[in-house]
Amino acid sequence: MSYLPYALAVWLLLVGLLGIVISRNLIHLVICVTIVQSATYVLLLAIGYTSHGTAPIFADIPQTRKTVDPVVQALTLTDIVVSVTVAALLLALALKAHDRAGTLDPAELTEMRG
Amino acid sequence: MTRRTRIALFLAGAAGFAVLLGFGVAGLSPFGHYPGPYGKVISRVEPSERHVTNVVAAVVFDYRGLDTMGEELILFCSVMGVALLLRETREHAAEHVRDPVESDALRAVGLAAVPAVVVLALYLIAHGYLTPGGGFQGGVVAASGLLLVWLAGEWRTLRSAGPQTLVDPAEAAGAAGFVAVGVGTLVAGGAFLENLLPLGTLGKLTSGGTIAIVNWLAGLEVAAAFVLLFIEFQTEVQVERQKDRAE
Repeated sequence: MSYLPYALAVWLLLVGLLGIVISRNLIHLVICVTIVQSATYVLLLAIGYTSHGTAPIFADIPQTRKTVDPVVQALTLTDIVVSVTVAALLLALALKAHDRAGTLDPAELTEMRG
Repeated sequence: MTRRTRIALFLAGAAGFAVLLGFGVAGLSPFGHYPGPYGKVISRVEPSERHVTNVVAAVVFDYRGLDTMGEELILFCSVMGVALLLRETREHAAEHVRDPVESDALRAVGLAAVPAVVVLALYLIAHGYLTPGGGFQGGVVAASGLLLVWLAGEWRTLRSAGPQTLVDPAEAAGAAGFVAVGVGTLVAGGAFLENLLPLGTLGKLTSGGTIAIVNWLAGLEVAAAFVLLFIEFQTEVQVERQKDRAE
């Protein structure tokens, strides 16, 4: 049981990569990229977790309470917002690719036009 | 390369990669047994060092402020990329779009929810370094408040509620402000993004020094970024629909 969260992170990473490789649609591809990225959130939060630890926010708990690691939480927090905007950029690129080529299948987007 | 060889190649690579990952994971300490000193140390010393009750916010906006600035700039560049790709030459087509909301229930509930969501967003940002929340979370909530304007009203209302002349400068100000705070601390004789302002009392809104300022700037940046994304993608959809109707 104690390695299950790590296994989940590994699984998300691999299944996301598989999705990227076999993708036949650029929108599907972007979703797969965000799934790969979400593996890092699971891994970071799992590493920072400590049993019986609480959130590292001392607004209404004594400062002697055991808390989980705030550093990995901070990394995850900024990463989530950035991943959403990067996904938006990729989707915009997919939209333009569809406008130009009339297809979303990466296999058919073989020709690069200037 | 055919699809089949590509998948076979991936499966072979992935199998090796999975073995390495498994090897790496086996070297981690078991779930719940946090090994590193950093989290423990920072949770202990932060309240007396920075006078902020939300340690995560102190890490994001102070201890790792430079890293957060980098992330803010990635966010800024991605959003600018979306604007550059999607804006092009469709502005005139966008002026004639109409999509009135037919449902009175949606209109009433949506409009009633807008002020509540905006107040929640401001609360999340303002108290971000005291309780759970912060500029990033509050910024996203603020932007969804504006999305409700579109759900309840009309797409044109959304455009006038978040016009480009307001959203673009807000987005730039959020990113530039973050850098300006860093440069300001350099000018004042400190290190980049060093917290030089008075730190106030633990648990009060006036605590945290530069954390409070940078937190608001991040809120502004994130809110503007998401509003810009909503509007750009929604405009794309509306213009497309308008074309379909015209045909």
